[in-house]
Amino acid sequence: MPKVPITLTLNGERRTLSVWPMARLLDVIRQDLGLTGTKEGCSEGECGACAILLNGQLTNSCLMPALEGDGARITTIEGVAADGRFGHVCQAFLECGGAQCGICTPGMIMATVSLLAENGHPSEAEIRTALAGNLCRCTGYMRIFEAVASAGRGTLAGERGR
Amino acid sequence: MAQPLIGVSVPRKEGWDKVTGKARYVDDLHFDGMIHGATVRSSAPRGRIKAVRFDPRISWDEFTIVQASDIPGANHVALIIDDQPCLADSVVNHPEEPVLLLAHPDRYLLEEARRAITIEIEPLPAVFSIEESLRADTIVWGGDNVFKRFRVEKGNVDTVWDRADLIVEGEYFTGAQEQLYIEPNGMIAVASLEDGVTVWGSMQCPYYVHKALKGVFGLPDEKVRVIQAETGGGFGGKEDYPSMIAAHAALLAWKSGRPVKIIYDRAEDMVATTKRHPSRTRHRTAVSRDGKLLALEIDFVIDGGAYATLSSVVLSRGTIHAAGPYECANVRITSRAVATNTPPHGAFRGFGAPQSIFALERHLDKVAAAVGLAPEELRRRNFIRRGQTTATGQVIRENVDMAALLDRALRESDYHTKKERFARENPGRRVKRGLGLASFFHGAGFTGSGERYLASVVGVEATAKGRVRILTSSTEIGQGTNTILTQIAAETLGVPYEWVEIAQPDTSRVPNSGPTVASRTCMVVGKLVESAAFGLKQVLAGAGLLPSVYSADQFVQACGAYVGQHGRLCASSQYQAPPGVYWDDERYQGDAYGTFAWAAYVAEVSVNTLTCEVRVESFVAVQEVGRVIHPVLATGQIEGGVAQAIGYALYENVVWNEGRMANAQMTNYIIPTAADTPPIRVIFEERPYAYGPMGAKGIGELPMDGPAPAIVNAIEDATGISLDSLPATPESLLAALVEVHA
Repeated sequence: MPKVPITLTLNGERRTLSVWPMARLLDVIRQDLGLTGTKEGCSEGECGACAILLNGQLTNSCLMPALEGDGARITTIEGVAADGRFGHVCQAFLECGGAQCGICTPGMIMATVSLLAENGHPSEAEIRTALAGNLCRCTGYMRIFEAVASAGRGTLAGERGR
Repeated sequence: MAQPLIGVSVPRKEGWDKVTGKARYVDDLHFDGMIHGATVRSSAPRGRIKAVRFDPRISWDEFTIVQASDIPGANHVALIIDDQPCLADSVVNHPEEPVLLLAHPDRYLLEEARRAITIEIEPLPAVFSIEESLRADTIVWGGDNVFKRFRVEKGNVDTVWDRADLIVEGEYFTGAQEQLYIEPNGMIAVASLEDGVTVWGSMQCPYYVHKALKGVFGLPDEKVRVIQAETGGGFGGKEDYPSMIAAHAALLAWKSGRPVKIIYDRAEDMVATTKRHPSRTRHRTAVSRDGKLLALEIDFVIDGGAYATLSSVVLSRGTIHAAGPYECANVRITSRAVATNTPPHGAFRGFGAPQSIFALERHLDKVAAAVGLAPEELRRRNFIRRGQTTATGQVIRENVDMAALLDRALRESDYHTKKERFARENPGRRVKRGLGLASFFHGAGFTGSGERYLASVVGVEATAKGRVRILTSSTEIGQGTNTILTQIAAETLGVPYEWVEIAQPDTSRVPNSGPTVASRTCMVVGKLVESAAFGLKQVLAGAGLLPSVYSADQFVQACGAYVGQHGRLCASSQYQAPPGVYWDDERYQGDAYGTFAWAAYVAEVSVNTLTCEVRVESFVAVQEVGRVIHPVLATGQIEGGVAQAIGYALYENVVWNEGRMANAQMTNYIIPTAADTPPIRVIFEERPYAYGPMGAKGIGELPMDGPAPAIVNAIEDATGISLDSLPATPESLLAALVEVHA
């Protein structure tokens, strides 16, 4: 089967490219489009390291055929980092200790952005549910919950130390 | 002087890159002309390689193929003893043992080709468990299947049994555990006759990889270069196996003349690389009627898998921790690491201690019950104090107060009130609640003479503008190396945190500071950073350029003047043991560690007796780790370790099928999620340690040791069911419940 052309809007920018029809959207983003902030942890939709927003929906890009990206709006961690509306989410992960090794962090932040878009002041139970599809092996999640709550409040720790 | 930096939660040094997706891990790196590598592995647990068949439907001339006979140097992965081949030659000793390497520009064709190779193996008898290995009917390693033995003797247990009021026996088992860092292993290599071999990759120990590559290629130091890329978690799992993958990538690069990238997918990483050693521990304990431990006899056995790798040192740490932070006049610990035909087990946070501490802390609850004391009271009556000796005869010189840590943990968890309430409410309820505790220690740094042999080195250099760079091979794997070492250097030099950077670990540019393991980075390497930074100050002061009290600006001026006059400004420091530390490797007696971290943990669980679901409802972790350098990072270390240990206790079950992991995927190897992890309260009692940087000790492994026994003790408190094997899955709980009601 030959490559097929698709057009998508990646982090606000229209891109047209040819892809193998069954290529994974994850590979297209990382290799063809060169955005390596989206990570691969398990290749089977368990860990959430590859999470992106596909038309605003939190999506594991390792399970998504590239053709599904045709005509879609895709937001990756690079888009979130560059978007002034979300800088405080990245900042909250940094200040609260929500990132340790950092490999789950882009996916965690995508899940956080997805949650906060729906619910600006989530309870801890709501945070837990929203992040349950993103595995972290370093933090035990506590600092991540704090980062999400802090980002929700839009408040930053500000002063160093505790 | 600048603002104090110790005890302050400055932003993680490389944090902004991590939270914005800019951090570059090995799979994010690309080189021109790079091709992909794959590993063809054995399907059988043990046997002779009879033939390798290549399916003729594949155009093999497009592929680079490497086999054992292509190895230019020695065919082994150098570590402690060199028994593990880089590629199996005539025999295989475990499932998934590497036999052949392939490389091709197209990842998808590569995978097809990998499946089109058949390795024909004539089976040999194999062993799959500690029991089978000890029986020695089939010998699969050496003369007796035993990689290593230790014997620790204190007093004489044999004189005690007859006069003891009570003797309590028990047998405990722990299963394998997968590290499950979220970034799978990966390496990129370039190689040529002129320049030698260079690799970039995910790793904990650049100089281990360096040593292994020198052996495989027969190259001198300067022809091998190892560079750590950003690393997405390690937990011990990237201590030894990266040497294997680096060698494979480099062999393919050597033969193909092109850069080669090998990235394991999750299934390959889980099925082929190292895990925590399964264990069996037997306890026989003599105790007086008033709860004083009179004799501890402990037999500890771990399953090392098919090759020796790190098993001797894992066994050592497990052995030394087996008697815990208790004073007992008579102790005998015997231990063995044995061979089986599974992939070699390796380093995993705690390194043998979680296994032997699980057994001890479960067993002490049984001893307490036998004597008729509460679990906390039995421990209180036996805690080691200053001036007393551990099992290896190490005199505790610091002012440890385990009873105070335990009391704090009981208070913070509202232990006594809850315990009474649960005892009242549990009868007749389907969901029962319980509390359990564990008290324990963890030695920081290499065991015994280890740090002396390592003789680690750290450098600190400064530019003419007073910008400082730390040169160390200690790696950032998420635990905060970059940040805390920067804090220590900046604090010592009296300059802002932002003025100090840490060099990328690259064996051509940084000295060998030893491996990033054994809770040694903060305490041992941090101390070297402190003394190297102090040395840098001395250089400036000695040149008459820096007064004893100075501002950051004066430091810049001094650096500028020094570099102007002398060129390079740098200082280095090499490890020296603290005074009065002695270790006898022959008798396994003496100061096993420079110091210990001390802890008391309490777990609260609920057990649904219908579904057999166990939930950890809350967790309190009280510890003394010396001075805390960075409160947020230190808290994160404890919380992360506790979560990993909750997985070890309840969920993480490696299912074996003839030596091969049958559930090598995240779908059915279950780790704690955001929905499973309880609120974890972390409390530090800070007692500065005289020989640590700014008073700090090691911290990373400690939280892995205590949670599993605390949780299983809590399950017994809730249900009366005694589980003595990890993981305590719903299936094992159901089997125990059925037995009780039968």
